[in-house]
Amino acid sequence: MLNVRSALLNKKPEVKTVTKFTCLAAILLSSTGMAQAAGSLSIESWRSDDANIWSDVIIPAFNKNHPDTKVNFAPTPPTEYNSALQAKLKAGSAGDLITCRPFDTALDLYKDGYLANLNDLKGLKQFSDVAKSAWVTDDGKDQFCMPVASVIHGFVYNKEIFKELNLSVPKTRDEFFKTLDTIKSESRYIPLAMGTADQWEAATMGFQNIGPNYWEGEKGRKALLSGKEKLTDKAYVDTWKELAQWKPYLGRGFEAQKYSDSQNLFTLGRAAIYPAGSWDIQTFNNQADFEFGAFPPPVAKAGDTCYISDHTDMGIGINASSTNKEAAKVFLNWMASKEFATLYANEVPGFFPLSDHQIDIKDPVAQEFMSWRQQCKSTIRNSYQILSRGTPNLENQLWNVSAQVINGTMTPEAAAKETQEGLEQWYKPQQ
Amino acid sequence: MVFFLGPGLLIYVVFSVYPLLDTLVLSLYNEQQGQTSFVGLQNFITLVTDDTWSQAFWNALGNNFKFFAIHMLVQNPIGLLLAVLLSSPKLRLSGTYRTLIFMPTMLSVVIIGFVWQLLLSPIWGISENFLYSIGLGQYFDAWLGKESSALITLAFISVWQFVGIPMMLIYATLLNIPDDIVDASVVDGANSFQTFWHIKLPLILPTIAMVSILTFVANFNAFELIYAVKGALAGPDFSTDLMGTFFYRTFFGFQLQQGSASMGAAVATLMFLIILMGVMLFLFFIQRRIQRFQF
Repeated sequence: MLNVRSALLNKKPEVKTVTKFTCLAAILLSSTGMAQAAGSLSIESWRSDDANIWSDVIIPAFNKNHPDTKVNFAPTPPTEYNSALQAKLKAGSAGDLITCRPFDTALDLYKDGYLANLNDLKGLKQFSDVAKSAWVTDDGKDQFCMPVASVIHGFVYNKEIFKELNLSVPKTRDEFFKTLDTIKSESRYIPLAMGTADQWEAATMGFQNIGPNYWEGEKGRKALLSGKEKLTDKAYVDTWKELAQWKPYLGRGFEAQKYSDSQNLFTLGRAAIYPAGSWDIQTFNNQADFEFGAFPPPVAKAGDTCYISDHTDMGIGINASSTNKEAAKVFLNWMASKEFATLYANEVPGFFPLSDHQIDIKDPVAQEFMSWRQQCKSTIRNSYQILSRGTPNLENQLWNVSAQVINGTMTPEAAAKETQEGLEQWYKPQQ
Repeated sequence: MVFFLGPGLLIYVVFSVYPLLDTLVLSLYNEQQGQTSFVGLQNFITLVTDDTWSQAFWNALGNNFKFFAIHMLVQNPIGLLLAVLLSSPKLRLSGTYRTLIFMPTMLSVVIIGFVWQLLLSPIWGISENFLYSIGLGQYFDAWLGKESSALITLAFISVWQFVGIPMMLIYATLLNIPDDIVDASVVDGANSFQTFWHIKLPLILPTIAMVSILTFVANFNAFELIYAVKGALAGPDFSTDLMGTFFYRTFFGFQLQQGSASMGAAVATLMFLIILMGVMLFLFFIQRRIQRFQF
């Protein structure tokens, strides 16, 4: 019956008669339909790693209360997702639910009319404004995706090595560098497992990881957006200065060390500390045969407020041309529930639900990451909202200069100058 | 005529001529917020004069010339040398060598990139121990990661992969040289070097010229190896950025950078023009002077 309705809607020339008929059909459907079937839903996503979890755990849980909606999780590999989705949306063959990348990628889809407006979605009440900020129009009026998960940055450490060398978890920067010194001088372990070959780790696990403690999280990020602060300010230069100090603690030949090399160095037990994104937890759980823990980016003095990068990474929205929007909304509202949050957080450790529910996470390391939300203030990566819209692209510049600062081929001041000049070329508030 | 040329011409026009012309046309437009407008040559002017674009453009072009120079200076002479050695009647197992040397050319660039990264890796690689075993250990470095050596290293990897092509082409030409000419030179008292220099080399010059132009076109279209090893951002500090990777970033975008079809088309057009100019210079100044010999 639902197919009949959609077929009718597609016939444009006979709008008047059709609308009448559709109304009738819709009424008929809603009376009979609500009770028996909500049709089928297809989800577009880039999380091909989680396909099993969706089909074996999450969708069956949804079907317990909504037995009539058939949900199909149809992922595309992450590197192809954006272009594949774009092509499918243009061709009209995309699924009913669209997993949203944060900020401009999703915003452009909304502007082009591919994503439905979600302002009246009940489930949205479960999310804070910071969580929603990644999928809202610049004027803050229209919400087009519902937040699903975030990733948190910090440091993961090998507990056995820490025990062997009698180290405790560093809380301040001085302690952090003392710990690194001890590992370097008293053992053959690599103190910090990170390379600069892929460049993004330098920016994401380096700059965006330790930076929020310098620029005070959201305060600094907003100030950068409004033009009150510049990238040449002390906070940013100091962040790069600390990164420059990492160099002696990285492995030999770190300039050619790739992301997977760093992961392997850590899981093989050859490195003590790993600047991490919480998504690494899954890999480490599978590959490391030692116990590991995590600590947040160290602060300047004991007792200082700590700030963490709790980056809104994944949202979900409704395809504007979906023929099954009601069922899609039911599904989204369920995704805002505590049940989903608990399921998701436990099945995909390292991706943290953004809703306000109090949930229990069983994975100890994921729990540790999650607990920082209570102790510290959350922020998102400062280059993601608006600031990477122009040419030169701030995010790309951050990758480049952060990698160079760690390599020692660029001074922190020069890095600050280059990025600030890049921003000033096109971003009005910074001019 | 229509029957014989038609199908081929049709396929060529649909899949080659039309996309090329469409690219040229697209490069004259600009798109902003979904609006497309005609801007003439503005994209090109931006590309070569505006600092944000021109720096990346000239850097990529410069790197591309270095990349090409290394191929001309290393790949083609080695290819020539190998071909001469292989065509020597005294060499045993020449078929085996030929196959082995040609093998990497047939492998996927992704595999080549992966294997060489492993070989050269300072963490897991074997090259460091190898260098120590021949007494050169102190010269080992993370070559692929250093700004000064990354491009050269990548060029050498590419040379290693493709050296089989000049070798095979020159080898085939060498085999075609009639024995009587070579015999005559020997009778006239030429030693083997003189035979090569005065008899064989002039006869294979047209092939060497063709190999050079093939190298030129292939190098200015190179993309895969850089993308496979260094990613689209061609680090460190864009020191391995070629026209191909620059085009990729411009056209498809990268991470948070949105792609621009019209700007990308402008880069592609410039790549086309550079290659066209190179080929034309070659045709006017070299090809016309080359004498071909009929045996």
